[in-house]
Amino acid sequence: MAKTYEQINAKIKAGEAVVVTAEEMVKIVATKGAEQAAVEVDVVTTGTFAPMCSSGAFINFGQMTPTIKASRVWFNKVQAYAGLAAVDAFIGATEPAEDDPLNKVYPGEFKYGGGHVLEDLLLGKKVFLEAKAYGTDCYAAKKMKKEVTLDDLPHVLLCNPRNGYQNYNCAVNLSDKTVYTYMGMLKPKCQNANYCSAGELSPLLNDPHYRTIGIGTRIFLGGGIGYVTWHGTQHNPNVPRTKGGVPRKPAGTIMVQGDLKQMSAKWLRGLSILGYGSSMAVGLGIPIPILDAEMAAFTGVADKDIFTQVVDYGYDYTNGISRTYGEVSYAQLKSGSIEVNGKQVQTAPLSSVVKAREIAETLKEWIEKGNFLLNPPAQLLPDAEREK
Amino acid sequence: MYTRIYILRFPKDTSEQPFIYQLVKQYDIESNILKADILPHREGMMILGLKGSKSNVKAGLEYLQGFGVRVERLAAGIRRDDEKCFQCGACTGICPSGALALHRPDMAVIFDPDKCTGCSQCVTICPVRAMEVSLGQNWALTDGGMSA
Repeated sequence: MAKTYEQINAKIKAGEAVVVTAEEMVKIVATKGAEQAAVEVDVVTTGTFAPMCSSGAFINFGQMTPTIKASRVWFNKVQAYAGLAAVDAFIGATEPAEDDPLNKVYPGEFKYGGGHVLEDLLLGKKVFLEAKAYGTDCYAAKKMKKEVTLDDLPHVLLCNPRNGYQNYNCAVNLSDKTVYTYMGMLKPKCQNANYCSAGELSPLLNDPHYRTIGIGTRIFLGGGIGYVTWHGTQHNPNVPRTKGGVPRKPAGTIMVQGDLKQMSAKWLRGLSILGYGSSMAVGLGIPIPILDAEMAAFTGVADKDIFTQVVDYGYDYTNGISRTYGEVSYAQLKSGSIEVNGKQVQTAPLSSVVKAREIAETLKEWIEKGNFLLNPPAQLLPDAEREK
Repeated sequence: MYTRIYILRFPKDTSEQPFIYQLVKQYDIESNILKADILPHREGMMILGLKGSKSNVKAGLEYLQGFGVRVERLAAGIRRDDEKCFQCGACTGICPSGALALHRPDMAVIFDPDKCTGCSQCVTICPVRAMEVSLGQNWALTDGGMSA
């Protein structure tokens, strides 16, 4: 028995929809089977909270008198890209403050960057805005300096070109010196392994062929409401998959947008990644409508059914060598150790399961209260099988 | 058996004293030097793990205090800001003593200050700087730490 978005939304409005988190769905599908789960469950909520470097915001900072066409812009000394209209700029999460020593003192601490600016704005803090311009007949001013809060800024649009990676590498370092990477500090000779996915709670791993997640999908974004607006950069559905359709290596991605003003500093956090740079942790949650038994089976996926590849960040990654040192499941990764080259290696996550769960629970509450409806996608994300 | 980690601050004029020898010999305490910074005629600091009967450890510490050594539980100088920590778990991969560890199956990141040896590696590894180590200014700047 198939359900439609209209039927599910009618149940949500009536306060009758059955909503469960992706973790809860694992048990439901395992005990009752996908057919029965599809009858009983209407929506499965997912979540993830982890560093997502390809994030940032368009900030329109309003005019002054005389008017200005800003060509270079800084927020708390973090440069934003200003090659747009007069008072528009884009601030990226990984842009460091201009006076940051970077990796000159190795490994650099990267204490403040674009992600921290967005977090400070959400905390209601004053941020120092500085703009420079060359001056035109219509925009005469050559500089602007002022303190601004989020309330002072006319428009701030969070716009993340690549979030929510469907699966990610498990990183090790086979070289003989410590490396500091976006996957954390990796000790030499494969002494530790870091991974970064919410596993069975992760949005795209619960809809492996993007049957319901597409352009226009309404989502939890940074504590507020946002939308999937395109497939993300590097979206690559054409990867090896398990029988259940789950990618065995990094695959799909999404581009997401939302009004920053209704988001929260709890779910957008500036990060300082030792030796790598600044970044931002983004809270993302996607509701998945259980249209039929296939969607129930997809969302019933468990950590033991999701696999990824062990990749060397000591030499291979930097040198563009695509090579795997084995395949491990998220159940193994979460157990605390995996086997690489016949040796037990301690694992550590970079993605917060606790916060991913909290996002899935929050989204579940929103839907149960009837104030979050599911938006059918205007267009689905590219999928290798659908295009055949 | 009683096992605790202490931070000791030595007055300038005590650098000649064979404290560790006395702790072992007179008080039957297993001493594990986790970190030490002692120079002649300068204030010294040491992070020391002590293992012995509770009464011996107490007596040993009193012996040190008799020389003006200031004794503080290391756990008192290490703190996690639970508001900042978002429980990613990055620290659990580098913590050598298991003071920062994952609780399974819910994957919450647990901090047990009693197990902490003060190595401070978590301070800069934490992406939101949630770990606070207040062991004195110069102390916090030294890297890694040595393990006995």
